[in-house]
Amino acid sequence: MTLASMVRKYEPRRVPEVKVATTAMIASLAAEGYDTVTAPFGAALVDLAKQDDRIVGLSADLAKYTDLHIFAQAMPDRFYQMGMAEQVLMSAAAGLAREGFIPFATTYAVFASRRAYDFIAMAIAEENLPVKIVCALPGLTTGYGPSHQATEDLAIFRGLPNMTLIDPCDATDVAQMVPAMVAHPGPVYARLLRGKVPSVLNRYKPDYQFQLGRAQTIRAGRDVLVISTGIMTMRALDAAEVLAKDGVDVAVLHVPTIKPLDRETIMAEVARGGRLVVTAENHSVVGGLGEAVAGTLLQNRLAPRFGMIGLPDAFLEAGALPTLHEMYGLSVSKVAEKIKGWL
Amino acid sequence: MTDHGRIAAASNVSLALRAWNIRRKSLLMGEVQGQGYIGQALGVADVLAASYFHALRYDPKDPEWEGRDRFLLSIGHYAIALYAVLMEAGILPEDELETYGMDDSRMPMSGMASYTPGMEITGGSLGQGLGIAVGMAMGLKRKGNPAFVYNLMSDGELGEGSTWEAVMSAVQHRLDNLICLVDFNDQQADGKTTAALATGDERAKWETFGWHAQRVDGNDLDAVVAAFDAARAVTEAKPRVIIFDTTMCKGVPFLETREITHFVRVEADEWSKALAVLEEGKPA
Repeated sequence: MTLASMVRKYEPRRVPEVKVATTAMIASLAAEGYDTVTAPFGAALVDLAKQDDRIVGLSADLAKYTDLHIFAQAMPDRFYQMGMAEQVLMSAAAGLAREGFIPFATTYAVFASRRAYDFIAMAIAEENLPVKIVCALPGLTTGYGPSHQATEDLAIFRGLPNMTLIDPCDATDVAQMVPAMVAHPGPVYARLLRGKVPSVLNRYKPDYQFQLGRAQTIRAGRDVLVISTGIMTMRALDAAEVLAKDGVDVAVLHVPTIKPLDRETIMAEVARGGRLVVTAENHSVVGGLGEAVAGTLLQNRLAPRFGMIGLPDAFLEAGALPTLHEMYGLSVSKVAEKIKGWL
Repeated sequence: MTDHGRIAAASNVSLALRAWNIRRKSLLMGEVQGQGYIGQALGVADVLAASYFHALRYDPKDPEWEGRDRFLLSIGHYAIALYAVLMEAGILPEDELETYGMDDSRMPMSGMASYTPGMEITGGSLGQGLGIAVGMAMGLKRKGNPAFVYNLMSDGELGEGSTWEAVMSAVQHRLDNLICLVDFNDQQADGKTTAALATGDERAKWETFGWHAQRVDGNDLDAVVAAFDAARAVTEAKPRVIIFDTTMCKGVPFLETREITHFVRVEADEWSKALAVLEEGKPA
């Protein structure tokens, strides 16, 4: 590499018109106008562990950043600090599961999916052990760049037999997925929202409750069907409000379980016909919800007008989250814009 | 806890004969498939004999007995040797020997937990056994179960970073119920282990990390037995490792002197020859 090309490489890529401070990695996902719940995962786990002796917690030096510190403080003798060692985090969790425990192992999504994959595959998934892997910083929820942005974790784990995948939207999903994970006999990978987590779903559907493996309609609409997961359900609901002002009626089908996919509900909603179908996910467009839905529809001879909202097949830039969500199309305005363009 | 005891206590069969039987059964299985990791099986036979007929507590009729000592085969390709000792111990029926590696057999070429009674884990992705052993040792302590966890690994696995994560973790969590067995035959797929990553003083490495460490001749049964006894008798709250120096193909001299490789090539007519040679060395 020549010096000249290196110099160019280090030039500023763009100068934003409005400077936004890079949000801290641990910052809560800002969502205008929603109430928040603090550390719903940690609180739910403590509640459950009080009734279930099998539950233990492990983290690879990220308890504080996965809300597992709440559990560690409440039940110090049931918490294992594994140090900065994700491979033994996962294999030791497998060993504990072999001895009858239900381990919750936490780290960041990038480290579980990239560094510890073989250990999750062979020690946990191949053995169908009840290890619950809970990972913060899913998709584009940090401005720290590719080292911390898990944009392909769902693609990686979708290919893994026996694995159940959850991408929660809000505090309700996060709190209620915990008992569902314990009740499920096999391994689970759950994306985590931590810190102050917005409460979204109950505002639109007061009786909403998370159900493992079930997609649920949060909002009805005649013109567009958005099939979304994770925080993109929140974006879709907000975009639906924007589009309603333009006379576009948007339905939102929330799919918090990516695998196994609730194909029946998805097909039934699509088969109602006539609507533009849009998938939305906080994940690469490669190998995530969008392709899973597309495959399901094609195999069942359903061919609606179809669009996918997700992150590009690229290593993303560093910066402030609002800037990055705007840049990569995850913001409310970009979601609304894209849907309008497809109509 | 039910007192199943150690079956070795009730047996008059010598460890040397047990080891010989393990070698013989391994050769018979190798003959079935015309291939197999026979070099490793012959080399580790003494360690397995001492494990199953001196050190471990288990119930052959109930391989999942909660009080059993756990024996993890991290090195999945050593399955041929473990099947031999599981048969010798009465955990696997001997009449399944000829199904080794065949379709529908309970004894696949690489060990898998869901296939075989007595096979605790699915090994084969090297560098995973010790980490799983760490978790099982933690779990046993949580339950107040006094059983030991033994993890049998190869010298090649000393090159895996995950091994050393587990080594540190076992010390941090004071896992005095964990005994790691390293089969050091100085052979991995591409050549000598000591020409790859195991270039240092392996015993000193483990000691420095905080383990109780021994290194003995793994084909000297008295030394092997003494090492097991010493490992279990340690009173400090630390994990224990025994590094066994073993000779590939031990017990079949014409194979021992062959150019030793990770996958020892045995010609079709040599299996019976090897069995005949082994027969000559049968212990009294």
